[in-house]
Amino acid sequence: MNLASLSQVDQWSWSVPLAPGECRAEVRLYGSCDLLATMDDKVLEQITNVARLPGLAGCAMTMPDAHWGYGFPIGGVAAFDPERGGIVSAGGVGFDISCGIRCLRSNFDLAEIMPQARKLADILFRNIPAGIGEEGDLKLGAEELDEVLRGGAQWAVTRGYGTADDLEFVEEQGCVQGAVAENVSPQAKKRQRGEMGTLGSGNHYLEVQVVDRIYDAAAAAVFGIRPGQIVISIHCGSRGLGHQIGTDYLISLAKAAGRLGITLPDRELACAPIKSPEGRQYLGAMNAAINCALANRQILTHLTREAFARVLPHAELETLFDVSHNTCKAEQHTIEGRQKLLYVHRKGATRAFGPGHPALPPRYRDTGQPVIIGGSMGTGSYILCGTRESEERAFSSASHGAGRAMSRHQALKKWQGRQVIDELAGKGILIRTRSMRGAAEEAPGAYKDVDLVAEATEQAGLARRVAFLRPRICIKG
Amino acid sequence: MARLTNCDARPVPDSGERYGYFEHDADIGIIGRGATVEEAFEAAAAAMFAVMTELAAVRPAQTIRVEFEEADIELALVRWLNALLAAAREHGMVFAGFRLERDGVVWRGSASGESWHDALERGVEVKGATLTMLSVRQTAAGWEARCIVDV
Repeated sequence: MNLASLSQVDQWSWSVPLAPGECRAEVRLYGSCDLLATMDDKVLEQITNVARLPGLAGCAMTMPDAHWGYGFPIGGVAAFDPERGGIVSAGGVGFDISCGIRCLRSNFDLAEIMPQARKLADILFRNIPAGIGEEGDLKLGAEELDEVLRGGAQWAVTRGYGTADDLEFVEEQGCVQGAVAENVSPQAKKRQRGEMGTLGSGNHYLEVQVVDRIYDAAAAAVFGIRPGQIVISIHCGSRGLGHQIGTDYLISLAKAAGRLGITLPDRELACAPIKSPEGRQYLGAMNAAINCALANRQILTHLTREAFARVLPHAELETLFDVSHNTCKAEQHTIEGRQKLLYVHRKGATRAFGPGHPALPPRYRDTGQPVIIGGSMGTGSYILCGTRESEERAFSSASHGAGRAMSRHQALKKWQGRQVIDELAGKGILIRTRSMRGAAEEAPGAYKDVDLVAEATEQAGLARRVAFLRPRICIKG
Repeated sequence: MARLTNCDARPVPDSGERYGYFEHDADIGIIGRGATVEEAFEAAAAAMFAVMTELAAVRPAQTIRVEFEEADIELALVRWLNALLAAAREHGMVFAGFRLERDGVVWRGSASGESWHDALERGVEVKGATLTMLSVRQTAAGWEARCIVDV
């Protein structure tokens, strides 16, 4: 990205000057000079398109890990006001609705699991359906799937997957309101039939990680993590059901936008006013997909506990937090001095409520929400906490990952899967995958420097670093 | 709507001339080419499924049929690709041969392939075909269809 076309607001944020006669809201890009300079120009084009959509509240924003997506950029945040004709966009959420990360803290340190690491990796790989074409053991009929869509992780707990204690540390206590199972097509439900409790592929993973560094000892103590401790991160989403909802509504909303007189700068920004029948219908289906994702990560949490128990009988895995990063959520925010209900799209961006937010569980009320920035399988991930400042700067949003630095095609030209796996094994990181091609595409070198993303996220005031996690076992989708 | 029948879809040759890719940071841009729109769409389907496995290794054991109505030729590409993805996931299959016919706004297609098994290469799962950088156009060499697929 050519920084000369931007205007620097402060050391860690940039705006895009309006061209003569241009009519759009303000755009704000968060990040360092180096991160922005390496972003594709398409990021700027895409977020500028978002700023032209009706009813945008405040700025259209990108997080420090932003990269070129479809419709919205990945790492894009935009809030819309239903009272000013604001829209909801299927392209602003994406196909993998409510993709996110469940983080579990264990009662083990690295030294305790090392003698069993290979066995643990093998059993996790057998117990967690991962990769394209893999199905779970749980097969749900249409009626029971509707219960999943209405109940989310709460449904999973009632079926014996995990405990009620988990739910306190899942966004919306494991069940988002406003889900309408009837707005989900029969095709979407068919696609999900064998996919509950599956990881998926691409950048999805289950990692066993060690707490490598603590940045904020007080917050880490509240989060229940200490140096050397083992934690587990599960990255996946709403699987085939969410993908089909994205598919179903992408074209119907693109056509609705035309009927409703909304000019789309990119058809992938398919949208309808929040208050329109089309908008409400999509929101009902999207919320159902969020519940599907929350249930999916709850089942995977259970499968992970089963695997650990077979290797380490005294293992206790507690949910640290579960946070989604592809959503549109109805939230109260203060804008222009007034409290308003806004629909906040976060596509490849994480909610990051600061201290005191009423939605947080009592344990995290004084620290702010745990925020997870997932890195590549060779580098590491960060746990951060939300800040009050983030509310004003980004509707309480933060980065969600390292962000890709090169395309999958380029990565395949540069690396071979076996080579990547062997090199990581040499660094003490065990990879288990059915896809050598996937391992090459997900090579650590294909991602941005997660350290720079986490630093920029903190310096921009979006979230504050608490701990750095280094991977030791990665079950790759 | 998809249903299983005997095989009659044709394999698309694994050829850089029939299908290819264009760069995208996180996802994948696919290109299908052919003498007709229908052939270009068939080749785009091959490009998409080649992201998921090695097409040459897929046996044409079963065929599914899909049918949809779409007047907009670009949206028809997205509908075709997404119909194939939905059918593949519903039946736990992967496809390597494709045929598509158009009758006005009605599109009737078929895809042949087999269920996933351990001998098939596992690539990356395509979640959906998007409307970004979507184009269907006539070139000097025939028709070219392209879009970005989300992986």
